[in-house]
Amino acid sequence: MKKMAIIATKGTLDMAYPPFILASTAAALGYEVQIFFTFYGLQLLRKDLSDVKISPLANPAMPMPVPMPVMVQMLPGMETMATMMMKDKLKKKGVASLEELRDLCLEADVKFVACQMTVDLFEFEKSDFIDNIEYGGAATFMEFAGDTDICLFV
Amino acid sequence: MNVDKELDARGLNCPLPILKTKKSLADMTSGQVLKVVSTDCGSVKDMQAFANQTGNTLVSQSEENGEYIFFMQKK
Repeated sequence: MKKMAIIATKGTLDMAYPPFILASTAAALGYEVQIFFTFYGLQLLRKDLSDVKISPLANPAMPMPVPMPVMVQMLPGMETMATMMMKDKLKKKGVASLEELRDLCLEADVKFVACQMTVDLFEFEKSDFIDNIEYGGAATFMEFAGDTDICLFV
Repeated sequence: MNVDKELDARGLNCPLPILKTKKSLADMTSGQVLKVVSTDCGSVKDMQAFANQTGNTLVSQSEENGEYIFFMQKK
């Protein structure tokens, strides 16, 4: 059986998609898949994903309906608005929600490993995270990653 | 063609057509044929890639009024 390992380090809406899309698809293709969530990537394991947002700030590549000066992007509420607009667009285009993709990963037996060090560092509560995940460190990741066909850092 | 099951993947975008195809095939038996209708033009290449990697056979694919129709025979 082919194997794939992904390290998910980002906790924004846009960067949350690649790990879940690739993991669910690889699982559908018969891969054994593991995602190691570390640093901001840990936010993707929360039971409630509504705080996962996208920011136009410092993201000049983000397509905007109207050009927006950085000074405007800084205003309160802009992040929430950009997130709302992005989620709306994703839905209209038939792209799965993060929750849906994450569920599909779990259903397909993708293994989620949370970085224990980051949990300690940010003083996260394990009760905030979904069930059926494991906690481990770099060596835990290497044990699986060392034997994979595809290994990605997102 | 004898179709045993149909999957309506219209309006869905990558990777949902593939994931739903995989799910639909899961409760079918070897040799049965699944018909998939998709509106995602990316699924044309992806369905072929799915077939190549999973051993299921993409018997045929066609396009009709912006809809892509696939016949996938389970391994």
